[in-house]
Amino acid sequence: MSLMLEPSPSQIKEQKIYHEMGMTDEEFAKAEQILGRTPNYTETGLFSVMWSEHCSYKNSKPVLRKFPVTGERVLQGPGEGAGIVDIGDEQAVVFKIESHNHPSAIEPYQGAATGVGGIIRDVFSMGARPVAMLNSLRFGELESSRVKYLFEEVVAGIAGYGNCIGIPTVGGEVQFDHTYEGNPLVNAMCVGLIDHKDIQKGQAKGVGNTVMYVGAKTGRDGIHGATFASEELSEQSEDKRPAVQVGDPFMEKLLLEACLELVKSDALVGIQDMGAAGLTSSSAEMASKAGSGIEMNLDFVPQRETGMTPYEMMLSESQERMLIVIKKGREKEIEELFAKYGLEAATVGRVTDDGMLRLLHKGEVVAEVPADALAEDAPVYYKPSAEPAYYGEYQAMEQKTPQVEDFKQTLIQLLSQPTIASKEWVYGQYDYQVRTNTVVAPGSDAAVIRVRGTKKALAMTTDCNSRYLYLDPEIGGKIAVAEAARNIICSGGEPLAITDCLNFGNPEKPEIFWQLEKATDGMSEACRVLSTPVIGGNVSLYNETNGTAVYPTPVVGMVGLIKDLSHITTQSFKQAGDLIYVIGETKAEFGGSELQKLHHNGEIFGKAPAIDLTVEEARQAALLKAIQAGAVQSAHDVAEGGFAVALAEKAFGTGLGASVAVEANIERTAALFSETQSRFIVTVSKENQEAFEAIVTEAKLIGEVTAEADLVIEQQGEKVIKAEIHELEGAWKGAIPCLLKSED
Amino acid sequence: MKFAVIVFPGSNCDVDMFHAVKDELGEEVEYVWHDADDLSQFDGILLPGGFSYGDYLRSGAIAHLSKVMSEVKKAAEAGKPILGVCNGFQILLESGLLPGAMLRNKDLKFVCRPTKLRVENNETMFSSAYNKGEEITIPVAHGEGNYYCDEATLKQLQDNQQIVFTYADNFNGSLQSIAGIVNEKGNVLGMMPHPERAVDELLGSADGLKLFQSIVKQWRESHVVNA
Repeated sequence: MSLMLEPSPSQIKEQKIYHEMGMTDEEFAKAEQILGRTPNYTETGLFSVMWSEHCSYKNSKPVLRKFPVTGERVLQGPGEGAGIVDIGDEQAVVFKIESHNHPSAIEPYQGAATGVGGIIRDVFSMGARPVAMLNSLRFGELESSRVKYLFEEVVAGIAGYGNCIGIPTVGGEVQFDHTYEGNPLVNAMCVGLIDHKDIQKGQAKGVGNTVMYVGAKTGRDGIHGATFASEELSEQSEDKRPAVQVGDPFMEKLLLEACLELVKSDALVGIQDMGAAGLTSSSAEMASKAGSGIEMNLDFVPQRETGMTPYEMMLSESQERMLIVIKKGREKEIEELFAKYGLEAATVGRVTDDGMLRLLHKGEVVAEVPADALAEDAPVYYKPSAEPAYYGEYQAMEQKTPQVEDFKQTLIQLLSQPTIASKEWVYGQYDYQVRTNTVVAPGSDAAVIRVRGTKKALAMTTDCNSRYLYLDPEIGGKIAVAEAARNIICSGGEPLAITDCLNFGNPEKPEIFWQLEKATDGMSEACRVLSTPVIGGNVSLYNETNGTAVYPTPVVGMVGLIKDLSHITTQSFKQAGDLIYVIGETKAEFGGSELQKLHHNGEIFGKAPAIDLTVEEARQAALLKAIQAGAVQSAHDVAEGGFAVALAEKAFGTGLGASVAVEANIERTAALFSETQSRFIVTVSKENQEAFEAIVTEAKLIGEVTAEADLVIEQQGEKVIKAEIHELEGAWKGAIPCLLKSED
Repeated sequence: MKFAVIVFPGSNCDVDMFHAVKDELGEEVEYVWHDADDLSQFDGILLPGGFSYGDYLRSGAIAHLSKVMSEVKKAAEAGKPILGVCNGFQILLESGLLPGAMLRNKDLKFVCRPTKLRVENNETMFSSAYNKGEEITIPVAHGEGNYYCDEATLKQLQDNQQIVFTYADNFNGSLQSIAGIVNEKGNVLGMMPHPERAVDELLGSADGLKLFQSIVKQWRESHVVNA
């Protein structure tokens, strides 16, 4: 009956009903041309969702093509659920990052929770056991009650889902800046482990094979979620709350265990998560990748509600569902396998040879569209690009060093900035230990997970300083990749590859597209120089509120291989008497720095700090060599807040202090707080002094770790800072809880 | 000695428990699905942490109705050692094998971190390898670990020395800082902290290993006597 209420093809065309689904006139005309007729309501829905930016990358494809995506270790690049990199011994690591920004802006708990659920499915759909989660979050300043609410609920949503399903959330980053006030960013990354022989692909191969639907039932939640994700946020976005799905981590835990058991079965042909665009994307993509077709009878789709139309079923984004293709005749054993976990496996269709996605409902063909047209033939747009006016102004500005009177007080203020401050309030809510492999818990440069049964471990991190990207997207893009690599190196790992989540504004604005172009140029170059290919990722555009874009935020998720557990290194001081070295010279660079932001009421301007990737690569290689030689006690990169902040962080939680002297020929404020790139602070035991200096020849000895828990920084014999670590640590630890408790 | 790790739908520390016993303790261990109807071949029963049945009604409320729980009760009556950790403890409370109930943590947030515990009673089959008053580091990871019971029950727990572990820093608001208790007979231990996560220095602490060693020691001694 409900079908009768749907507009007819001619009504869709004449009344331009496809506009409501996010399709342009040209796109609708293209769909008509492909079909040789006007699409009906269901078919229009299929095209609109598959050709949304979220599913098709139609606006970002031209820039994504620039990324290096191959490497000798890469087993699977972009295009599948997640990328895969070889780690030796017939094992591989699988990882991917994905955004859930818009849902989280509207309904932060469920938005974040389902973001976690979605990325986990991407990883286990490859056949991999998810072993760790990370995230990258951006919020406005912790001032308004709205931002505090978003922050608290997003963290609770990530914790709620990850803790329940039992995958440790081991790392991440949180940055606060007014640019994210109305449009927070919630990016979740999942890392999995797999044996080469278990690698799966989302392909519907073998004509006559059976298509099965497993997991939760389909409801009316999240219809057109992918289209919603491809629009700007506005006051009306609150009305889109029904486009946000609700997560059920218990269901996903059952689905995860059942699917990993399924992967061991030779009955399995292909498997894919029903993520964005649900049943539509999974069926069309699996058929398209295999060069086959799929015919599904929607009467057999498990439904949570009565009277669902084909349109609703195909566009629902109900969570915790997978589509699988199995060998014909093996249905019963698959049903039994899922029944053990209390799950239903329903036969919904079969693989055909005609390349069509054909949908039946109540005895009628309700849609018939070439699978390739949906999955591959979305239009690709080469958007106009224009350098924004602000860029030229910032480039022309003279570099200015902020005036600092009281160095100790400034250090305390910097340590209290929520972007720098301890994130214990966040990660203390995440179960970061479950599965008992977490060797380095959140709080150091990168998290480290051991690979049980081997001597190997994996280091992992997410990074992106979007302030640098705003000032100079190309340099900022390079820095994002380089910083991620620094964190991996400091943990004793060799960077393997990256996954990226490109969070930008509306690409239809030439200035935004310019940011996207430049940022990906910078990232691509850094990936090439640092030998970390891009193995997958996600694009989130239209991150704007009422016409204002967020800072360009291409988050980099990087995984590194630690070849031996003995190489695992953390940022913290180890013992009094160890020598403190700095690697890398310091210049006066304050554009986009925490100090600049602090001094100018949240504003940033000028040039981003410079980066020379050749120097970066050489320094990282030398430091890793020294770590692998056992010559390094602790290592930490110098990042937001500069040298003094990094040095203080090394002392926190150790009960130790430091006494160092900075170079005479550099202005004090720069020496302490400049954000010059490619710098590290390391400690070395006295017996390893010679060995270390022989490997890292440019390292400069600046002082010693002390038993007294004081931070003493001198220049030319004069004390610039003398502070008790206790006082610094108190400010650093207390900042976020304190901001959350304070009144608006 | 042969252990069973009971797996409920939604258990997620089953793997940790399994490896603690197999790799670090060096004893036999098997996963046992929640619908098992015979535990007679096992010498010790381990109820792991996690979110059984999503903890959807109330932590442990649905799991305690599982088929295997009647076998766990039989094993308890037979005097076999039964250890419930985190969600396992919550299931033991729901099933009545241990007294009391859990409230949400006092800050209403999930808490994951290493905690210091005080060994209050080292004369149980789970704690004999520790010293009385010893401070040990064991991680916690829970949202509902705020132990509560009525006054009469508390008095009974105290009088019978059933309080085995207390928190040095009572972060979750538990009554009398209670972190772990045994039943009157002393063969059923429930605790919120995770000893199975503290069996390897590489991960930060090996203080939990002695708990498992205590169980094995007691079992060996009793079996030598029987033989």
